[in-house]
Amino acid sequence: MSNNEQHSKPLLRVQELRTWFYTFGGLVKAVDGVSFDLAPGEIMGLVGESGGGKSMIGFSIMGLIDPPGRIEGGRIEFNGKNIAGLSEDEMRVIRGKEIAMIFQDPMTALNPLYTIGNQIEETLALHTALSARERRAKAIEMLHKVGIPQPEQRLSHYPHQFSGGMRQRVVIAIAMIAKPRLLIADEPTTALDVTIQAQLLRLMRQQVVENGTSMILITHDLAAVSQMADTIVVLYCGRIVEKGPAEDIIARPRHPYTRGLIDSIPHETAENDGPKQRLSQIPGNVPDIRKLPPGCAFAPRCSRASERCRMQDPVLMEHNAIAMGSGKLRPHAVACHHPLAVSP
Amino acid sequence: MVSSQPIPATRARSRMQRFFASEFFHNYKRNLSAVLGSLIVLGFLVMVTIGPLIVSQNPYDVSQLDLMAAFKPPAWLAGGSSEYWLGTDGQGRDVLASIVYGSRISLIIGLVAMGGACLLGTTLGLIAGFYGGRLDAVIMRIADIQLSFPSVLTALFLMSAFGTGLDKVLIALISVGWVVYARTVRGSTLRETQKEYVQAARVSGLPNRKIILRHVLPNVLTPLIVVATIQVGTFVLIEASLSFLGVGVPVTQPSLGLLIKNGFDVLFSGLWWVSIFPGLFIMLLVFGINLLGDFLRDELNPRLK
Amino acid sequence: MFGYMIKRLIQMVIVLWAVSVLVFVMMSFTGDPTFMMVPLDATDEQIAQARRILGLDESHLVQYWRFLSNIAQGDFGRSFVFRQPAMTLILERLPATLEIVFLAMVMALLVAIPLGVYAGANPKKPASRAVMAGSLIGISLPGFWLGMVLIFVVAVKLQWLPSSGRGPTTEWLGMRVSFTSWEGFRHLILPAITLSVGTLAILMRIIRAEMVEVMKQDYIKFARAKGAPAKVILFKHGLKNALIPLVTVFGLMLGDLIAFATLTETIFAWPGIGKLLVDSIYRGDRPVIVVYLMFVALMFVVVNFIVDVCYALIDPRIKIK
Repeated sequence: MSNNEQHSKPLLRVQELRTWFYTFGGLVKAVDGVSFDLAPGEIMGLVGESGGGKSMIGFSIMGLIDPPGRIEGGRIEFNGKNIAGLSEDEMRVIRGKEIAMIFQDPMTALNPLYTIGNQIEETLALHTALSARERRAKAIEMLHKVGIPQPEQRLSHYPHQFSGGMRQRVVIAIAMIAKPRLLIADEPTTALDVTIQAQLLRLMRQQVVENGTSMILITHDLAAVSQMADTIVVLYCGRIVEKGPAEDIIARPRHPYTRGLIDSIPHETAENDGPKQRLSQIPGNVPDIRKLPPGCAFAPRCSRASERCRMQDPVLMEHNAIAMGSGKLRPHAVACHHPLAVSP
Repeated sequence: MVSSQPIPATRARSRMQRFFASEFFHNYKRNLSAVLGSLIVLGFLVMVTIGPLIVSQNPYDVSQLDLMAAFKPPAWLAGGSSEYWLGTDGQGRDVLASIVYGSRISLIIGLVAMGGACLLGTTLGLIAGFYGGRLDAVIMRIADIQLSFPSVLTALFLMSAFGTGLDKVLIALISVGWVVYARTVRGSTLRETQKEYVQAARVSGLPNRKIILRHVLPNVLTPLIVVATIQVGTFVLIEASLSFLGVGVPVTQPSLGLLIKNGFDVLFSGLWWVSIFPGLFIMLLVFGINLLGDFLRDELNPRLK
Repeated sequence: MFGYMIKRLIQMVIVLWAVSVLVFVMMSFTGDPTFMMVPLDATDEQIAQARRILGLDESHLVQYWRFLSNIAQGDFGRSFVFRQPAMTLILERLPATLEIVFLAMVMALLVAIPLGVYAGANPKKPASRAVMAGSLIGISLPGFWLGMVLIFVVAVKLQWLPSSGRGPTTEWLGMRVSFTSWEGFRHLILPAITLSVGTLAILMRIIRAEMVEVMKQDYIKFARAKGAPAKVILFKHGLKNALIPLVTVFGLMLGDLIAFATLTETIFAWPGIGKLLVDSIYRGDRPVIVVYLMFVALMFVVVNFIVDVCYALIDPRIKIK
């Protein structure tokens, strides 16, 4: 996590990515001009409410956008090479080997008709020249690493014989077995029990750090991100409203939307039985993305909104921030006409 | 990710305008096969209502038949006459006129039997779903056993017991057709009776009959539209099969299926038009109904969309 | 597994019993078979005697009991027309029917699976739409009429294939079959095509619908995210999942084929049990109709049982209790 230095070449550079969907109800700009860099080994949290286009960024990077959606513009540079618009055959070599993905619902991500052994080894069979015996050995090792007891026996079991948490461990094993350089985790714990969520996040983090893999953690759960991520990107209606070092964003959010997200995290004010703090909520709902108002998309829900916010789109502006600990200057950018003041 | 909401009805004043502004109608217009299907069905309805006034003869009025004109090929073939577009059969009957009259019989049988099956099946389904218990078990077991037999075979067997006749064909079709409605309605009724408004109505002491008719029935009807549409086509086909085997409609009321049977005997002599054209019309009719049914299924059953 | 088998066996007996009651009740409604037995100028005395011989003078309950106990003893009655045990007639003609039913089923599967998978995996392509339109026509046309078109075009006009009859047969596994000789096989082609079209069209639509549904599942997307090529996604992850519901409709498919064999056999003068049934209905040959129905019911019940067991074998989620 500390190996993201200013001068290091990014593993992934997303520039002005636009992924649009042409639906019956109108044009949906699910991702509209999103740019960010991801250094090798960096963990980035991609945060926003559901419907905010977070998952579509992940699918765009994987090249898994299906009609009526398409990547309308922008670049996705992976390891210095633009992978946006590669053919299915070219993408296939990258998927699973260079970039892996974990899905939200482990109940549906595994094929019910094949043993998990078969499904873990499939990734290896696709991307390596290992023999069946070697694949099996690797699969056992991997299952062991993700904390599945008795991996030898479990290989021949079917997905329905596993609990949700165990299945997500299997999914993580499948994603990590080819040692990808980038892992995209799309709401990996949302469908699971709260008690299991923390365990799995810890497991994922451990796996990623061990292999030096970069990770994009897509979630609506800011609390999870704050514990894991080096940087945070906050998304609202397909656009980035704020991005910067994780500690900085959590400690000093500049965008009212980010502030709102942070305030809605239940604080673990630990063992005291004192009066519980009331959780605040962001008023209103995510607007219909097909009919965005002019100006800032968040304005209708924002207490600070002015006439200007309803007229003019704010652009993402960089402020320099000091990352805690390292003391280095790292960019903290916000798209707001009236950003919150930096509290001392 | 994005739910497709219906487009806003822009100040719809009447029900009609609302319909034309609806997503249903929008999809209908863009769906070529739906438009084609409804045109075919409409064409048949027009044909069987005003067709008899237009065709040159009533094929069942013997005085209008001309034995000299027997076995004339279709008009575009050598020896054909423009008087008989699709040729004539062994008794000088105009094949086209026979088809117009035969379509009427086929379509009436299909529609009436569908109505009967729908009524019977819906009633039994409502009873089974609403009251449950032993009544439910008996009705559904009968349905199960019947479903394990192909409908054509059951209908054939019933006809062999009843003997031929229009009324008996209807009874046979209704006996094989009620099951789908009963199953569908029972399922939706079970779901519906779980809902709070029905529970509330029950608690408030509304008589069961009223609860069923006022609250349950309207909510279980939508899926039946698709079943009913497609069933008309199925019934036309089953009736044609029965009549072809000689256990369907009587010779005095020949449906399209019976026309095929009558033409079969002369097929080997090369007189193909007597039997092939009626079959073509069956195919066209059922095809149109199925196109329409497919569209309705996609629209009314969003799960399959 | 053993308990399940016993339970199913009891269910099967109950279904067969229900069928026997239905058959008996229906048959009691049909015309009086006495007149099949006696000469046209028979006296009242002779008719009464014939009724006694047939046991028709007794109550329905007694008649049903006799009917049932005879069945239990393997006596299914004798054909009025052929003066032979009805069961013998059925068994004699069964191979002919099985032959076209089997061939039709194989043809339907061979065509329907690849086309259905293709249309389901590429729902937007013009070729898929053509496949769907073709299958809709397939379920819209009367199968027997298609058989007539084939007879006229292929047999009468082009004279490529014979139009009717079974052709030479040879003994195979104790059955008389046609497919072993070229001439016999030529007789088999048109009836089998005619019979298969309806089933083929329905199968194609089922497979396509299942495939469309399966291709939307997360595990397909996950397989793509693993970097699996289209072939693996389609055939390993897609097809197997799409085929499971197919197993469940197998029994229904077989039923439909046997039912429509009555029409196909009638058109092609194919000497199977279907034609026997139709002929028996014309002649009022009650015992043959009864045996046909009992026999076919037994066949369906057994096939459905086998299908359920297969289902459990293919789908690991189903455990037989």
